[in-house]
Parts: sequence; C-alpha cells; structure tokens
Amino acid sequence: MSSSEGGLTKPHLAHHFETIEKQDYAVRLGMWLFLGTEVLLFAGLFLGYTVYRHFYYEAFHQASRHLALWAGTTNTIVLITSSLSVALAYHAIKQNKKKQCAALLIFTILCAFVFLGIKAFEYREKFLEGALPGAHYHFAEVTAPGANLYYTIYFLSTGLHAIHVIVGMSILIWILARVLKGEFSATNYVPVELGGLYWHLVDLVWIFLFPLLYLI
Amino acid sequence: MSQPSQLSTEHPDKPVIPAVNYLNADRGVWSWLTTIDHKRIGVMYLVSVLIAFLLGGIFAMALRLELLTPGPTIMGANTYNRMFTLHGVVMIFLFMIPAIPGVFGNFLLPLMLGAKDVAFPRLNLLSLYLYWTGATLALSGMIMGGTDTGWTFYAPYSTTTPMTLFPVLLGVFILGFSSILTGLNFIVTVHTLRAPGMGWMRLQLFVWAIYATSIIQVLATPVIGLTVMLIGIEKVGHFGLFDPSRGGDPVLFQHMFWFYSHPAVYIMVLPSMGVISEAIAAFARKNIFGYKMIAYSSLGIAFVGFFAWGHHMFVSGQSSLDNGAFAAISMLVGVFTAIKVFNWVATLYRGSIAVKTPLVYICGFLFFVVFGGMTGIAVATVSLDVHWHDTYFVIAHFHFIMVGAVIMAFLIALHYWFPKMFGRMYHEGWGMVAASLIVLGFNATFIPQFLLGNAGMPRRYYIYPERYQALNVASTAGASLLAFGFLIILIYLIYALVRGPIAGDNPWDSRGYEWMTTSPPPKHNFDVTPVITQDSHSYQEPGEEVEHVVI
Repeated sequence: MSSSEGGLTKPHLAHHFETIEKQDYAVRLGMWLFLGTEVLLFAGLFLGYTVYRHFYYEAFHQASRHLALWAGTTNTIVLITSSLSVALAYHAIKQNKKKQCAALLIFTILCAFVFLGIKAFEYREKFLEGALPGAHYHFAEVTAPGANLYYTIYFLSTGLHAIHVIVGMSILIWILARVLKGEFSATNYVPVELGGLYWHLVDLVWIFLFPLLYLI
Repeated sequence: MSQPSQLSTEHPDKPVIPAVNYLNADRGVWSWLTTIDHKRIGVMYLVSVLIAFLLGGIFAMALRLELLTPGPTIMGANTYNRMFTLHGVVMIFLFMIPAIPGVFGNFLLPLMLGAKDVAFPRLNLLSLYLYWTGATLALSGMIMGGTDTGWTFYAPYSTTTPMTLFPVLLGVFILGFSSILTGLNFIVTVHTLRAPGMGWMRLQLFVWAIYATSIIQVLATPVIGLTVMLIGIEKVGHFGLFDPSRGGDPVLFQHMFWFYSHPAVYIMVLPSMGVISEAIAAFARKNIFGYKMIAYSSLGIAFVGFFAWGHHMFVSGQSSLDNGAFAAISMLVGVFTAIKVFNWVATLYRGSIAVKTPLVYICGFLFFVVFGGMTGIAVATVSLDVHWHDTYFVIAHFHFIMVGAVIMAFLIALHYWFPKMFGRMYHEGWGMVAASLIVLGFNATFIPQFLLGNAGMPRRYYIYPERYQALNVASTAGASLLAFGFLIILIYLIYALVRGPIAGDNPWDSRGYEWMTTSPPPKHNFDVTPVITQDSHSYQEPGEEVEHVVI
C-alpha cells in the first residue's frame, strides 16, 4: 500500500464479483439494509415511548422538564457537527486529500468523546437524584404515576444509542487507522463512505430522541 | 453447458461424480470450519438443523408420551412445562427459521442465479457461527437453568418465573442476528449477482420465495431482538416496562412479540412454497402455471404478514375495531396462499407426472396447506377464536402449517436436491415407504388434536379429564408413526451418502438453473459464467416455442 498523498490505491475485488462497480453497489446496498434493521431495532423503544406517553401524559411532561436541557442541546450540536465533519472527510478522500480526511475523522471521533462525556455527566446527575428506571425510582420532584417508566424509556433508549455511539466511534477509529496507513484514496473510498453512513444513523436516532425526551 | 435446454437431451451412459468438486476440493475439518463457500456452509447448516430437528422431535415425543394417559405418565408439571418450551424454542428458532433458507437458500441461491457465491461470503460464515453460538447458549440455558414460559416468553410470567431465562433470551437474540445477516446477504445477492441474461422475471420461483423471506427477516427480526432483550432487562433489572404494578403494560410485550413472530411464520412458510414451485414443475414435467402470480403472491404474503399480528391477541383486550381489522387482514394471507395453491394444481393438470418420493410429499403438502390454511381462516374469525383460543385446535392448526407445510417442503427439498448436493441417489422404494408413513402419521397425529381442541382441551397442561383420552392415544400413535418415518429417512439417506448409486448431473432432467452445473458442483459453481437465454421452469422440448401464460 502506498502511503504518499498522491498514491491511488485499488480496492480488492472479491472473486465472485465481475467489476468493482458492482461490488461497491453490493456493499452500499448491504449497508443501507443494515441501517434499516437498526432503525427497526430502535422502533420498539419509540413504540414504548408513544404508548406510555399516551398512558401517563402528565408524568412524561413533568419528567422531561427535569432533564438538563443545556446538556441535550449541546450534545445535539456536537453530533450534528460531527455528522458534517464525517461527510467532509468522505468528500476529502474522494478528492484524494488524505491528510484532510484524517484530520476530519479525528475531529469526528473527538466529538463522539465529548458526546459520551456529557451523557455520562447527565447519567450521574440522574443517579444522584434517584431518577432511575422502574423499581429503582425514588426521585422526589416528580411523583405523578408513570414517571418511573419515563426514566425506563429514557435510560433504555439513550443507553442503546450510547452503545451505537461507541460502536460508530470504533468503526471510525478503525477507518482512521486505515486512512493513516494510506489504504484509501480517490479510487478506493467506499469503507469511508460506509463508516460515515453508520455515523449519520447514530446522529439521526439522536435527532429523534432529543425532541421526544427533552423538548416536548 | 450454458443453456438449460442442452442438458435435457441425453444422459451419459455411466454417470460419474466429478473428480474434483466442492466436497473434496479442500480437505480436513479446518477447511470446513473456515470455508466461505456457500455450498459448504449450506451443508454445515444441514447437519446443524438436522440435529436441532432430532432434539425437537425427541422433546415432542416426550410430550406425546406424557399425554398418553389422563394423569401424570412419565413426568411432573414442571418438567412438562420445560419440555414444551424446549420443543417450541428448538423447533422454531433452531430448526424451522434457518432450515430452508440456511440450508437450501445458501446452497442453491448462487447456483440458481448463475453466481460464484453469495454477495458477502465471510458474513455468511459469520451467520453460521452466530447460529452455533446462539444455539449453544439457548440450549445450555434451557437444560441447566430450565425455562418454563413456552417459546412466547409472555410477560408478566416470564419476568416473574423463578427459572433463569437470560441465557435463553441472549441465545434467541444472537440467533436473530444470524437470521438478519443471512437475509441481508440474500437480498444483496439477488440484486447484484444475477448471471447475464437473468432478468427479474427469469428468476426461479425458489429465488423469489427466498427474496420475500429475506425481506421479512431483515425488517422483523430486529424487533424480536429488542423485545427479548427488554424481557431480559426486565427480569434482571426490574425496569417495570411490562410490569403492571409499576405502570407497565404486558400487552405491549405481546404486540412487540407478535410483530416479529407472526411474520416469522412466513419466514418459515414462504421458502417452503418456493420449494414446492420448483419441485412441482420438475415432477409434473410442465412449465409452472402462473409464474408471475406465484412470484408476486410471495411478496404479497410478506407484505400482508406484517399487519396481521393482532389475531394472536383477540382475547388480550384489544378493541373490537382492532380485532376486526386484524381479522380481515389475516384473511388476505389466505387469498395469496390460495393463488399459489391454484397455480400449483394447475401446473399438475395435464402434466407428465412422475410419481416419485417428492411428489408424494407434494400431494401431502397441498392437502396440509389447504387444510391448515382453512382452519387458519377459521381461527382468524374473532368469534370462533374466542372459543378455540389456547386450545388444541390452535395447536393442530399451526402444526398443520409448520409440520404439514414446512417439514413436508423440507423433506421435498432434501430428496429433490440430495443428488445435487452429494451426487448420489437415495433408495426410491424406501423413500416411498417413509413418505407414506409420514403423510399418514401426520394426519393421525394432528386431526385428533383439532377434535380435542374443539371439545375444549386447553394447551400446555400435562393432565386432562378422562374423556379426552381416546383422541390423545390416537395422536400419540400417529406421532410414533411420524417418528418411525423420520428414522427410515435418516437411515436410507446416510446409506445413500456412502453407498448410493451415482446420480449423474441432472437425474430429474430438471430445467432449474441449478442443474446447469455438475452434481456435486465444482468449488466455484460454474467453470464458465452461464448466460441465461430462457425463462426458468421451461419444460418445452428444445425448438418448441416458449409458451407464456398471460393472466
């Protein structure tokens, strides 16, 4: 593998594909289908949210006032910015700007760390307050029936999302390592694209979680 | 070599097994465990699901033995509960869901498309390893801890039972991943790896069926993954999501569970329908009737199947409006199934029928799927379901579909493609004996259960009033016949594997694309990439004009 800035690397063509184009089409289609399954994985929790919000409107309304709005808003900005930077990284590698691509990926990964840090701080607050799921709930400020279920949904959905942030971050670190080794170039960039797509999904799920949990 | 029409012209005098084929191209256990060859993965799935089937069958026999007498016969209530859970979980998650896609989908899909492999061969191997991991976890969890919830894991019982559930739930979660990856792989394969000349309307109907199945696998399975994890979290962490004492709703669990588990019925049944479409054309020696209708009805079932889950919950406190809507949608499945059945029967009509072992199963299948389907319409009717809910009537109904349709199709596939996979032929006489025993034994097992259910015998009890005994004895006797039939198949297939006569490349003279290559196929399927110039299932004599059926 050439590591110079101008080196155009070639992707590996598997034995059962005729052309690189077909292979690229196949992996993109596979990734989109996989993202579809991810959306459906979260769909169950969104369903739970809808049902219990309908059952316990008052509790859900009150409990959502007790989330740290500044933390949620900052995290939203951080994630949207990171989505932009990962898209720019993809744009850079397509133009063979490997160093720029690497820098943008590093920025994206840093954003992920910031997001997790703020999330950890929020979780800590909730633990201290006793705003915990189900049986562990002992938060004095919201006593309306069903408030414990709000925090069940809150922890399950943001927890599952945080797992996805960690997975997405790991994928980006792996791609960054390969970018630094000079494996990708203007002629070989599909893995960067796929990693970016996964990161966009992580972002997208948060875009829905944020208003549902913090704003309304 | 490249055109199916050339294959049918003559048999070589003495068929031979190709000296180098996928079975012996690489040697040693390690070469199997690290293979990315879809055919070898298919064969490993075959061994795995057969073991699962054997286990599930043993559990079923234990259940039937227990029900031989009204009182306790060979086990107590707790063992019985664990036994029917084992039977359900093993048969559904370890056998029926991966059976036809995992074994025959893997083996045949690339061959039918004229491709060298599936789109993601390594992912395919990962699916198999995930299957093994999930199976080991689920089985060891059930044997060591014991699970007594039934395969449905209904809350709040599942979250309060003293038994350990977590390993089983984790096992089911991992099995779901395996299923998703297989489905994803197949969809991409059908989209990207069709041979030159293979348009969508030239796909074999088995490919259409697997494609429709894969869509369900990809869309529905993530939901069951999440749902079983929620039950696990609930049980370990008491999050209250399905716990009424904390405001949770157990019926929500039922909705989420059946959102997957009803479409899962079609994950099991659609591939079977694909098998029938292939085999019926081959044994009627006639072009399949209504190709497009059969293909589209697979997609129709896949679509409608997503909106029918509520018919499992007629007595769970749904509104009358929901009940009515779910009942009506459920009946649409019957419409699509009937379209297929009519087309299959029309394919048989005036065909040159070859009465071979698979054809006996085909006839069995047609009867079972109609009977099971009709009783399905009956239980989808709200007022009738209230009477039959949780009785043996429902048990008999879904066994007609799952055993009657899915296992018949699995056996058809096993017999029809056995020479393709291993290059050898089984003993036709014993095949006929076993087929007759199984069709007979099946009826004897499950028809009494319809009567028992209608008389009010509930499911999942290990004792029953004496007036139900005669029919239970009949059912157990039938189950023994079934078991005996399966034993015969096992013996003659193992014998055929070692000593069976060499089958030749295309012993059925079939026009399926998968027979265009040698049997067993070479490592990369085709020496030359085939070019498709004819529609599939085209049984005209060469030179005769292809007849298009317009509907």
